[in-house]
Amino acid sequence: MKLRNYLIPAVVLGLAIGAASPAAAQKKYDPGASDTEIKIGNINPYSGPASAYGMIGKTITAYFNKVNAEGGINGRKINFISYDDGYSPPKAVEQARKLVEDDEVLLIFQSLGTPSNTAIQKYMNAKQVPQLFIATGATKWGDPKNFPWTMGWQPSYQSEGHIYAQYILQNYPNGKIGILYQNDDYGKDYVKGLKDGLGEKAKTMIISEQPYEVADPTIDSQMINLKASGADIFFDVTTPKFAAQAIKKAGEIGWKPVHILNGVSTSLAAVLKPAGLDNAKGVLSAYYLKDATDPQWKDDPGMKNFYAFMDKYFPEGDKTNGFTAYGFTVSQTMVQVLKQCGDNLTRENVMKQAANLKDLQQDLFLPGIKINTGPTDFYPLKQNQMMKFTGERWEYFGPVMTGATGS
Amino acid sequence: MTTRSHLNAFFSFLRTVAPYRRGLAFLLVILIALPLPFLVKNFLLFQLTLATVYAIAILGLNLLIGFNGQFSLGHSAFYALGAYTAAILMDQYNVAYYWTLPIAGIVCFVAGFLFGLPALRLEGIYLALATFALAVAMPQILKLSPLEPWTGGVQGIVILKPSAPFHLPLNPDQWLYYFTLAVALVLFLCAYNLVNSRTGRAMMAIRDNSTAATAMGVNLSLYKSLTFGVSALYTGIAGALGGIVVQFVAPDSFTFALSIALFVGLVVGGVGSIAGALFGAWFVLFVPNIAEHVSKGLAGAVYGIMLVLLIYLMPSGLAGLVRLILMRFAQAARR
Amino acid sequence: MELFLHQVLAGIATGGIYACMALAIVMIYQAIDHLNFAQGEMAMFSTFIAWQLIQWEVPYWAAFFITLAISFAGGYLIERIVLKPIHSAPILSHVAMFIALFAIINSLAGFIWEYQIKAFPSPFGAHSFFGNGLLSAHDAGMIGVTIMMLVLLYLFFRYTRIGLAMRAAAANPESARLVGIRVGWMLALGWGMAASIGAVAGMLIAPVVFLEPNMMASILLYGFAGAVVGGLTSPGGAVIGGVLVGVIENLAGTFIPVVGRELKLTIALALIVLVLTVKPSGLFGRSVVHRV
Repeated sequence: MKLRNYLIPAVVLGLAIGAASPAAAQKKYDPGASDTEIKIGNINPYSGPASAYGMIGKTITAYFNKVNAEGGINGRKINFISYDDGYSPPKAVEQARKLVEDDEVLLIFQSLGTPSNTAIQKYMNAKQVPQLFIATGATKWGDPKNFPWTMGWQPSYQSEGHIYAQYILQNYPNGKIGILYQNDDYGKDYVKGLKDGLGEKAKTMIISEQPYEVADPTIDSQMINLKASGADIFFDVTTPKFAAQAIKKAGEIGWKPVHILNGVSTSLAAVLKPAGLDNAKGVLSAYYLKDATDPQWKDDPGMKNFYAFMDKYFPEGDKTNGFTAYGFTVSQTMVQVLKQCGDNLTRENVMKQAANLKDLQQDLFLPGIKINTGPTDFYPLKQNQMMKFTGERWEYFGPVMTGATGS
Repeated sequence: MTTRSHLNAFFSFLRTVAPYRRGLAFLLVILIALPLPFLVKNFLLFQLTLATVYAIAILGLNLLIGFNGQFSLGHSAFYALGAYTAAILMDQYNVAYYWTLPIAGIVCFVAGFLFGLPALRLEGIYLALATFALAVAMPQILKLSPLEPWTGGVQGIVILKPSAPFHLPLNPDQWLYYFTLAVALVLFLCAYNLVNSRTGRAMMAIRDNSTAATAMGVNLSLYKSLTFGVSALYTGIAGALGGIVVQFVAPDSFTFALSIALFVGLVVGGVGSIAGALFGAWFVLFVPNIAEHVSKGLAGAVYGIMLVLLIYLMPSGLAGLVRLILMRFAQAARR
Repeated sequence: MELFLHQVLAGIATGGIYACMALAIVMIYQAIDHLNFAQGEMAMFSTFIAWQLIQWEVPYWAAFFITLAISFAGGYLIERIVLKPIHSAPILSHVAMFIALFAIINSLAGFIWEYQIKAFPSPFGAHSFFGNGLLSAHDAGMIGVTIMMLVLLYLFFRYTRIGLAMRAAAANPESARLVGIRVGWMLALGWGMAASIGAVAGMLIAPVVFLEPNMMASILLYGFAGAVVGGLTSPGGAVIGGVLVGVIENLAGTFIPVVGRELKLTIALALIVLVLTVKPSGLFGRSVVHRV
């Protein structure tokens, strides 16, 4: 029943795209675009418990300043309007409506958080305004059939969990797995990905699952339970603060399992250094971006671009904070889509071009990682690179891996 | 006529209408509120609808704190309970949205009454802490995996927006605005009648001096628990409306930050003032937006400073300030 | 059984954090007769000051005591500048003021120092103290410092003129004024002391949970819980209460099937409300007798 509402726009969209292509040379605009500017909306938690993510919004603002200073996109300046939702879904709805109805933006880009994006998804699709490259790794965003106006960006949490499952099955087929996860959509998605990847063996291999709340001051109690369970593989699904605590605590209580840490918390400066580099030695993970503090990228041209951008347009920003690298890279993808749109800046064409990215490489992607999308493929990033921490830097091993994005 | 006589005429007019001022203010609010959907953008209408929802919740809190002297920092829990009741009924049992309001109200009344019973033993700061604990615990309970089939767990529940009935020429935003306004008017009138009734006087007697109230034969525990229940009922209906307006409920929507926001709205609007709830709700909804406009990095600080200034300027809320100004006018007129 | 012991030990370690915060809360409650919701944020801000000093290569202990002095001055000034004008306002305005302070301090810290977590050094080191790493030297040191503060505070409030005057000013401002105590000054002094104690708590907690602007939000809640369980009028009770909350929370999370893991905070809070309904002024608190 519910699906029918969204099927109709999908069909209309398909027809429109088919009809529009011959007349592509003509200038075409939807609200938010004109000969001189492109209005892009954004929602970020600048205040409240998740304010650490506000750094992403600030970086994107700085990046679009750079784009404008260098002449804009096809001669048009970007007008980036970013609002605060404090990580509260009702506020996100209010801000999304303000952006669409009051500011009349062409699209909303990088709205952050699964709850906030879930809250606005239905509205955005009913209004047929792109909700593009949103900042969450939930799997449900790549669903062009039901939600043709919504697209994620980063590899989904489930596909990453899937990759770890492949790794475990290959290397530790008889391992006993203990899981620490944040009790929300993000944590549960990772666990689901791992379980799906392990398949039948999930029931026997996973011997302990310990959730924690964001509001918990420490995760010591969970760590003790995991150690006592006898697990020899530790799947660590935690955000930076708790990842640092977990690495440190494992060292303190002398628990030395195979430690698999989610890609969310692989930053040297934000996680591994505070936790103690010695404690972090041997930690495994998978990620897709280069770490700005890692000495091996010192002479990398992409990294140099990032440093030049930060020095000139965002000098007060922290290069070592993983969020600046993330904001920089996702902005590049956005700019690429707008470039591809040319003079046809309709919302339909934006979605069409976003679903038409082929082997796109960005400055900070690890070698071999590429963005690919298509009319039925709304998962821009699907790949991760396994890596191991040597005590001072990440060492990459094995091929670039693609995780199944099921469900 | 001189300015002076103009003024005198104005003051004498004020004196004549003074006895009816509440009714007049009420009429004025309705006259302004009714044509709005055809004058402003849908987005602003949505904000006003949300503000009205918060006003109902703040009114509920006010009945408890302002009129009964029981301190609560836990009303986000009742708001959440109301919202989830409505969402689950609509999502799982296809109940029409308007029926969910009374059901949510009843559920919250019972919950509030039951919570009020043990809370009877607690006073002041201890009650504040117990209710605070309730607010903090609520999102965790909503996330609980055994309840997931109903609550949707961490993902929450997306609900459909109701459209106008009887083929009225209104879009869903306009219709929800009128619907919310109507509910709010009924609830505000009920609250006004409640505090001016025998029950209301008993409530206030407990606030002002519980020992004396007991001596006069007021059943302390009954009235305190009842007030808790009624207060939760108001907040629960607001929660149900809020869920319908936002079309989404999730544990993250109802953290204790919501309790704090409602409390701030109460203080800013005026403790013990029924009309103040409306102003408090506007503060809750619009001031964070203004603060953000002033400075993104320091939005929290700007918000805090505005709150501090308001407390300095109007220590008894906007309602207190209005009362003060009216009194000054009355004095000036008498001279 | 081994797991039980381990969880109790870890609970004591975590409870030490809550106890530290609970002590700061009770302290200010004694001095100003209010619960200060901004207390955690003040402690966080102080800890950032210490961190900044250490970044500027000030030796740890020098930074420690400079921070105490700055925090004292800061607490004093907040009382004199922000709260003095509303002394006579109703308690609800005070609570709203604390909320405003909370927002301002939190936002300011994020603006100055960003939200990325920072490691904060421990004066005691992270090596194991007891039970194979379950109780680290830092945990033991934290509990030791808390007990030391407790003793000092006890002596201060019991035997010094100024301590007695502060208690009098908080408990009964009218009578205190009549016997010549400068009530306003005492309140400011109480704020200063509470800010300093908060700073100690912050500097002891930060090595465990890492320093960031939101680090105190949940610890404050646990601190409140501990203080209330023990009794807001009893500093010793608050410390015991804090440790109890830590232990109960761990045991509930480990041994209650199905819901325990997901609801450990809720269960701990429910126990507290239960304690309160049986003993409304906490386990060790005096019950206040009102004059009619």
